[in-house]
Amino acid sequence: MSDVVLHLLTIVGVLAAALTIAAGLIWGERRLLALWQDRYGPNRVGPFGLLQVVADIIKIFTKEDWIPPFADRAVFVLAPGIVFAAGLMVFAILPVTPGIAVVRLNVGVLYFLAISSLGAYGVVLAGWSSSSKYSLLGGMRAAAQVLTYEVFMGLSLMGVVMIAGSFDLGRIVEAQKNLWFCVPQFFGLLVFFMAGLAEAHRSPFDLPESDSELVAGYHSEYSGMKFGMFFVGEYLSITVISALIATLFFGGWLGPVLPPVVWFMLKTFVFIGGFILMRATLPRPRYDQLMALGWKLLLPLTLLNLLITGAIVLAAR
Amino acid sequence: MQTPVTEIVWPLGVYAVAVLIMVTATLAISHVLGERHSGRATGEPYESGIVPTGPSGIRFSVRFYLVAMFFVLFDLEAVFIYAWAVSLREAGWAGYAEMVFFIGVLLAALAYLWRIGALDWGSIGRKSLDRRKEESRRDADDR
Repeated sequence: MSDVVLHLLTIVGVLAAALTIAAGLIWGERRLLALWQDRYGPNRVGPFGLLQVVADIIKIFTKEDWIPPFADRAVFVLAPGIVFAAGLMVFAILPVTPGIAVVRLNVGVLYFLAISSLGAYGVVLAGWSSSSKYSLLGGMRAAAQVLTYEVFMGLSLMGVVMIAGSFDLGRIVEAQKNLWFCVPQFFGLLVFFMAGLAEAHRSPFDLPESDSELVAGYHSEYSGMKFGMFFVGEYLSITVISALIATLFFGGWLGPVLPPVVWFMLKTFVFIGGFILMRATLPRPRYDQLMALGWKLLLPLTLLNLLITGAIVLAAR
Repeated sequence: MQTPVTEIVWPLGVYAVAVLIMVTATLAISHVLGERHSGRATGEPYESGIVPTGPSGIRFSVRFYLVAMFFVLFDLEAVFIYAWAVSLREAGWAGYAEMVFFIGVLLAALAYLWRIGALDWGSIGRKSLDRRKEESRRDADDR
């Protein structure tokens, strides 16, 4: 009985934490960007401007929920839901501590790859159903970009899988007791981070919504909470990818003195900060440069990394 | 190495239902709370403030379609690599040798695509522009 309650508590806790962090990032990102750009950022509502999140949520809920008369209604409404739901679903497999995770799957890594690529449907359908030129172009860009980076996002993780010998995230963390995988799998980490940026359409790889060319890309025609769901969905994927970088490459909950939960959160927040620092510092590449980087550099490098890792793991067997 | 069997899966189902309820509720609440207004240009697609021109079903570059095809090819092959990665130790050096061959073929395919310019973006690559010039010169010579 208490077991069931424990599971239900975990579900509520993970869901609440995911949403709080993603919503909190609306404020967090603006404050951090401001810090790196030498200005204040939102600091008026509540202490340090923390209540800005609440104000934003109230505002966005009471904005007009406009469904364009020229749009494909059903798909238009469904699209932000897909992005949001796919973002949340990935959180289910994150091992916060040895005991806390919504579910422990022996195919955890595959589950992540599968669900995170479902989010791409939302973006493409949003661009297509809007019946607007900017949206369509943004959606097409998102499709091609996500497909390209998807190929080696999975492959970049296979080095970790080889060393740990399992797709199970818990096992992968346990296998890092002596050495975090960021050392032997440094190239894997680099490629995964870049693919993560592209999957979450974060700047510098935010070409599907690059505001200087496409207004807002695939969500040009969205308003109110539907826009908000794309917005928060982006923060959800940043959080998930940061948490996965922490889990797969930096030993997850492992760490001295502090309790496992704190270590996991601490590492995750460092990488979220890294995502925001990228946005604060790097310019956006051209679309052809982005695709060339993916196909011509990252894909062959990832394949070579796999062959080298495989040989070393086998030799050390 | 033995992968642990997943014992308890039902929390994932409950979690999925919770997520579904949340998404539906968010969409519904914002639909009820939001204001409604109708101006002169409310029902028009946004095109940077000018009156929309032409249908939205514009033609876009065939490159997008090509990328989708490459994705199917390469991601399908990636799946075989996943299977190898998790069973690396059991497959041993024999498996490794086969994988070297497999990835070699994959890289050769990539090199071929690269060589014929399939990975270059932009409507007219430099190479095809040169080729086009040459063709028109040849046509002129024939005449």
